[in-house]
Amino acid sequence: MSLAPNMLERAPAAPPRDAAQAGAGSILPLRLDGLCYVAGGKRLIDNISLEFGGGTRSVILGPNGAGKSLLLRLCHGLIAPSAGRVVWSTTKADPIARRQAMVFQRPVLLRRSTAANVAYPLRLRGMPAREREARVSEALARAGLSAQAKQAARSLSGGEQQRLAIARAWVMRPEVLFLDEPTANLDPAAARAIELLLEQVRDSGTKIVLTTHDLGLARRVADEIVFLHRGQVRERAVANHFFTHPETAEAKAFLKGDLTW
Amino acid sequence: MNDLTAAFGLAFQLLIGLDADLLEIVSLSLRVSLTAVGLAALIGLPLGAAVALYRFPGRRLVAALLNAFMGLPPVVVGLLVYLILSRSGPLGVLGLLFTPGAMIIAQCLLVLPIVAALSAQTVADLNAEYDEQLRSLAAGPVQRLFTLLWDGRFSLLTAILAGFGRAIAEVGAVMIVGGNIAHATRVMTTAIALETSKGDLALALGLGLVLIALALTINLLALALRDVARPQYA
Repeated sequence: MSLAPNMLERAPAAPPRDAAQAGAGSILPLRLDGLCYVAGGKRLIDNISLEFGGGTRSVILGPNGAGKSLLLRLCHGLIAPSAGRVVWSTTKADPIARRQAMVFQRPVLLRRSTAANVAYPLRLRGMPAREREARVSEALARAGLSAQAKQAARSLSGGEQQRLAIARAWVMRPEVLFLDEPTANLDPAAARAIELLLEQVRDSGTKIVLTTHDLGLARRVADEIVFLHRGQVRERAVANHFFTHPETAEAKAFLKGDLTW
Repeated sequence: MNDLTAAFGLAFQLLIGLDADLLEIVSLSLRVSLTAVGLAALIGLPLGAAVALYRFPGRRLVAALLNAFMGLPPVVVGLLVYLILSRSGPLGVLGLLFTPGAMIIAQCLLVLPIVAALSAQTVADLNAEYDEQLRSLAAGPVQRLFTLLWDGRFSLLTAILAGFGRAIAEVGAVMIVGGNIAHATRVMTTAIALETSKGDLALALGLGLVLIALALTINLLALALRDVARPQYA
């Protein structure tokens, strides 16, 4: 697996993204500044300071209950931190929400056709029908869902639904794509299809931040690892280094498959 | 017993012979109630959704009123509309009293709380499921409202059906504001009331049968539509 330095130099292979077309600067790096999230008297996210740069695929790794999903929701802006800040790099007041996207662990698909689901975010943004249709069919083709375009989204298989959710997020050409456990509950073949799709997303120049507790997935897709344990970042390293030379006891135990909670 | 069988016999004759008076009454009934329900849906669906989704001053009051008015007595609605549309009333200049227009208004008011209250419930449930996803996709408040109405379309059909059932079956409101004028404002329910009091049970029963058959047909059609489409989309 290639390492971070050449990833950083990778030029976006896809057509220019919306943000670039609009002439706005990148919203990356994303900086987390002393982020805390407290619920029910518990510090579920405990003083996290991090910076996510462009290009690399960052994997937030950790056991269940480590706070991975919460951290992703905080970054995405779905919940407000109890303390600390989430700082994007743009100085403009333009809606950050429209330049980043998230795929939930259990994506909510609209009660519409597959194609209508992909078209939906573009409709929200008022994109003209002709341009929208071109974008939708391209996204469906990349996700391998062209044949299912007219099928009701909720009648798709689990793997197809997850690919649809990714296509729906990607069609907006976000600068950052957050994914929460994208391959949980999928069989190996379906999970592999998701990984291949994510490679395309990466190649298009979209920054990927995903959470997982699946070591296999993390090994295959991560350029860098953020190891989360009990709401704290215990380790952050280039992926190869993390897997060969974990530094903390928790990370070592997690990699060996010991119970760490 | 004899009366009943004779009445049934006559009723079927009227139906099979497509009696002109009967057809006129049935078609006016349908026109009035379908228009009233259409208008009530046009106003009630977004209104119900707004009550479910938005926080505005008086929201709880509106929600309580909608729920309370679901069981509004038709005669009371009829009386209010009568007062408003009568010559000396605020909208008397429109000259709508004792026309199908007045009947449509009265039935619309009767049905509106039902459609709005039921759709508020449907939209609230759906919103709980969709909330994070819609926020993630950066849908605006108005976009959210129409998204939820569209995605709840099969459940909302039930709300509209409930409203139609109420409109087509009520007597009190259309009687007061329509006046049950032959060839002008006579609908099935007012005709049944009149013919029964006149002793013409055959026509009353014939109309009664048509009324039941119509309500049944429309409900079956709607359910069939839902059963065909819903398994795929829900």
